[in-house]
Amino acid sequence: MSAHSFSRRHLLGGAAALSLGALPFGRARAAGPLTVGFIYVGPKDDYGYNQAHAQGAAALKAIPGLQVVEEENVRETTDVQKSMESMINLDGAGLIFPTSFGYFDPHVLIEAKKNPKVQFRHCGGLWTEANPKNAGSYFGYIAQGQYLNGIAAAHASKSKRLGFVAAKPVPQVLNNVNGFLLGARSVDPSITLQVIFTGEWSLAVKEAEATNALIDGGADVITCHVDGPKVVVETAARRGAFVCGYHADQSALAKDKYLTGAEWNWASIYKGFVADMQAGKAPPNFVRGGLPDGFVKMSPYGPAVSEAARRNADAVKAEMMKGGFAIIRGPLKDNKGNEIAGPGTALAENAIELEKTNYLVEGVKGSA
Amino acid sequence: MSLDIVQMVLVTVLAAATPLILAAIGELVVERAGVLNLGVEGMMVFGAAAGFAVATETGSTGLGALGGAGAGLLLAALFGVLTVGLAANQVASGLALTILGLGLSGLVGAGYVGMKRDPAPHLHLPGFTDLPGIGRLLFGQDAFVYAALLLVAGVWWFLWRTRAGLTLRAIGDDHTATHALGLKVRKVRFLAVLFGGACAGLAGAYLSLAYTPFWAPAMTAGRGWIALALVVFASWQPLRVAAGALLFGGATVLQLHAQAAGLGLPGQLLSAAPYLATILALVLLSLGRRRGGSLAPAALGRVFAPSR
Repeated sequence: MSAHSFSRRHLLGGAAALSLGALPFGRARAAGPLTVGFIYVGPKDDYGYNQAHAQGAAALKAIPGLQVVEEENVRETTDVQKSMESMINLDGAGLIFPTSFGYFDPHVLIEAKKNPKVQFRHCGGLWTEANPKNAGSYFGYIAQGQYLNGIAAAHASKSKRLGFVAAKPVPQVLNNVNGFLLGARSVDPSITLQVIFTGEWSLAVKEAEATNALIDGGADVITCHVDGPKVVVETAARRGAFVCGYHADQSALAKDKYLTGAEWNWASIYKGFVADMQAGKAPPNFVRGGLPDGFVKMSPYGPAVSEAARRNADAVKAEMMKGGFAIIRGPLKDNKGNEIAGPGTALAENAIELEKTNYLVEGVKGSA
Repeated sequence: MSLDIVQMVLVTVLAAATPLILAAIGELVVERAGVLNLGVEGMMVFGAAAGFAVATETGSTGLGALGGAGAGLLLAALFGVLTVGLAANQVASGLALTILGLGLSGLVGAGYVGMKRDPAPHLHLPGFTDLPGIGRLLFGQDAFVYAALLLVAGVWWFLWRTRAGLTLRAIGDDHTATHALGLKVRKVRFLAVLFGGACAGLAGAYLSLAYTPFWAPAMTAGRGWIALALVVFASWQPLRVAAGALLFGGATVLQLHAQAAGLGLPGQLLSAAPYLATILALVLLSLGRRRGGSLAPAALGRVFAPSR
């Protein structure tokens, strides 16, 4: 297809949108054959974030009348706009999942305004009521998983110092760091957590260096929030530290050093969205869920997790399964001494403030 | 105890500096001969992929290191044919080589993503390696680290203590005059380019076999470019290359330790620290150069086409 017909189609689409501006374009296309697009920031086989989404996409492929198109290694730049436009204009995609955090602002917002008939659902917590109605966001309360990781870590740690390799200081990452430490502190309030931000979602060698630096600094249990936890898990296990997994099950990489892990289960969300589309309605703009909703699950316990640790974590998990579990409970300060939550305050998992977290809690060594 | 922590940090600094030393010392020889090869990153990443592939297939880290060096050498040979043989533009060819190397590394490495191996063995001399404070630093490194340090000493000796080294430097300063004297400009330059390629490939193999024993796409993450900057930073002096690499490796590793220790600075600022240190050092050096320091080889980057 030449660039000319590409832009002409765009002009026609724009004209149609103008002339029919009064009609409710926020609605989805009518039921019928549907093409769903997935865009990943890294490779689909990264044993982590992108793989978890790709598994969700793979679960859709068996649905009749549905076509799935995917593109991997798309940077968080105007590249992703081009990728979305080609899915819309060439593949006829009616529902697009741009899965990486940095895709949303401005790229998804621009494309959503340009293509009112197409539904965009972004993974992360950035969509608000002020944004286009044909966009939306979905996410899981995986900080709960990191809280349970923290409980297992606290029981396994001898040095009482934990380590966290983090990508970027954005709310979801900070919530996970905070969740991991607060889970550990629920077992032993003297535990501290050292965090290193690598600055990128995927920087294999730097992630290994960061893991080594944490262990050199005395940490004996490591977890992470990067796109591919493989490097961190393997490096930590090789150095003799325990590890908690993230995104997917990495137990095979660390065997007896793997405690447990916080995993995604995106297939349930994706199937729900597709069912909405096929029924002729737009999927919800704001979808969140945690352990009780089946959006998040835990890896099976490794052999190093003691009986006491299992009982402790299982009891807290049972609490979480009831819904409304608050990780952030007052009185609580951040690591600069500012009060986050006064006495008696509790931010339940679905508290909207948590999608704007910009602090690290007391006990975390590091700067957001 | 604290002495051991200092040693631990120094060990990681030396390890982080090793790939930079290897790649930069090779490029230094290339540039001393008057050729500017901007393809270091490409040769390095191809060396990392090929080295890991060879080591995995043969089960030998040593053969993997040779494979990595060989891969760098192969790409360098292509560059040499183009720029030394056919007098193509060095800047354009070097940039193309980086892109080619990244592509080839993806192709060769595709089947090896996610596989792991044991890291290259570290030296262990009973009695020496266990010495407190300095034992692990001096007697507990892997072969790549010692090879890198030997290469620095060897290149220094070659450039300043041998006739061949003098020839190479002379060719880098004035290819027309040296050609008129009957020196084999193109042969020396081609050999220098091959040496630089093998060093860059070895630097890549160090990353994928010893430093972080796995292959990940684009895992060199700009280290080839840093090696190029280091050569300028070092004013084309081998010992300064080693010092610069230690400085940069040190800044890289120390910023991670600083973050883990909870230094109250934002992570983004600390991540930029190595680059800021490099810029600062370059500025200071160029200030010093006004008072008469070493300069770039005069014929650097200039195409040589003998007139017959």
